[in-house]
Amino acid sequence: MHELAIAESVVDAITEQLPGATVTCVHLEIGALSGVVPDSIRFCFDLATEGTGLAGARLEITEPPAQCRCRACGAGFQPDSPVVLCPCGSPDVVVLSGEQLKIVSVQVA
Amino acid sequence: MCATCGCADGTRAHDGTWHEHGTAPGPPGHQQGHAGGQTVTLEEKVLARNDALAAQNRDWLRARGILAVNLMSSPGAGKTTLLERTARDLAGELVIGIIEGDQETALDSDRMRAAGCRVVQINTGTGCHLDAVMVRDALAALGPPAGSVVVIENVGNLVCPALFDLGEAHRVVLASVTEGADKPVKYPHMFRSAGLVLVSKTDLLRHLDFDLDRCTADLAKTSPGAAVLPVSARTGDGIGRWYDWLRRRTPAPR
Repeated sequence: MHELAIAESVVDAITEQLPGATVTCVHLEIGALSGVVPDSIRFCFDLATEGTGLAGARLEITEPPAQCRCRACGAGFQPDSPVVLCPCGSPDVVVLSGEQLKIVSVQVA
Repeated sequence: MCATCGCADGTRAHDGTWHEHGTAPGPPGHQQGHAGGQTVTLEEKVLARNDALAAQNRDWLRARGILAVNLMSSPGAGKTTLLERTARDLAGELVIGIIEGDQETALDSDRMRAAGCRVVQINTGTGCHLDAVMVRDALAALGPPAGSVVVIENVGNLVCPALFDLGEAHRVVLASVTEGADKPVKYPHMFRSAGLVLVSKTDLLRHLDFDLDRCTADLAKTSPGAAVLPVSARTGDGIGRWYDWLRRRTPAPR
C-alpha cells in the first residue's frame, strides 16, 4: 500500500513549500501509468493529513490518460492497459506522458 | 498590495485594468486570489524529495565506482538464496555488500553475513518498500569500498518498490517459476522498470505447468528493455550468465 507513503509525501511537500499555511484544497495529477491508484490516495488522504495544516482539505484528482509513440511504426496512441503495446503489436514505445504524479496546486485559507 | 501582480487591492493591475484572481494558471508558486483563499500553483512532483535523494545516492555511488543493484520480487521468490550463492561463488572476485530490506527480523542479514558479506539490515515496520532516505543512511553505515557491488534487496513486494528510485544503477526483478507465468502481465509497473529479469527456481520446472516460453514472450511486452535469464540458485543452472551480467557492469578497479 504505497499510496499512504505517497499521501504522506504530498503532505510533506506542501508543508515544506507553504509552512504554517492552512490548506483547504489539494489538486493532484495522477497519470494512468504512474502506478498509483487514485482511490487509494483518497482513502489515505485524511489519515495522512490529520494533525497537519492540510487537515480537512478537499482532494481533487485529475487522471490524464497516457500518451505514447511507437518507435517501430511511428504512430501516436493511448494505451488501454499498463502493459504498453502499440496497436501494431510492438512493445518498443516511448511514453510521452501518463507517468506523472504531481501536486498541481493548492488552495490556502 | 497583491504580492504577485502588484495591484493595490487585489483586483486592479498595474496598468489600471481589472483582472480576476483565483483561477488563471501561473508559474510555479504563483499565488492568486485574495478574499476567500488563494490558489498556489506548485506543479511539483510528489516524489521530488525521494528522487532528489536518489540522485544524490547515484552520484555518491558513481563517484566511488560502486555498482548498485535494486533487487526486487514478491516474497519468497528466492532473492536471498540467489544472493547467498552469488556471494559464495564470487568470493575473492567481487566484493559484494548487501542492504537488506524487510518489514521485520534480521533473518536475511544473518544469512548473508554467513555467506561472507557485509550487511546492513533495514526493517521498515509497516512500510512496504525501501526509499532513498533509508538507502542513503544504509550506504553510510555499510561503507562499501570503491569498485564493489552493493545489492539492495528490497522488501518482497511486486507493487510498491517499483515507484521508489533508490539511486541504483540497475533494477533486477526475480520471477520464480512457482509463482506462475502470468506475473509480468499482472504486475506490469514492476516489470516495466526492470533492466534484467531472472526467472528463478528453474530446477522446479519439471514439477510445474509453468510455461517458460509464454513468460518470456510476456516479458518481451512488459519489459522490452530487459534481458531475461532463467536461473536456479539451487543447482547453479544458468547462474553463470547472471554472474557475467554482474561482472560486465562492475566498474574496473581504479
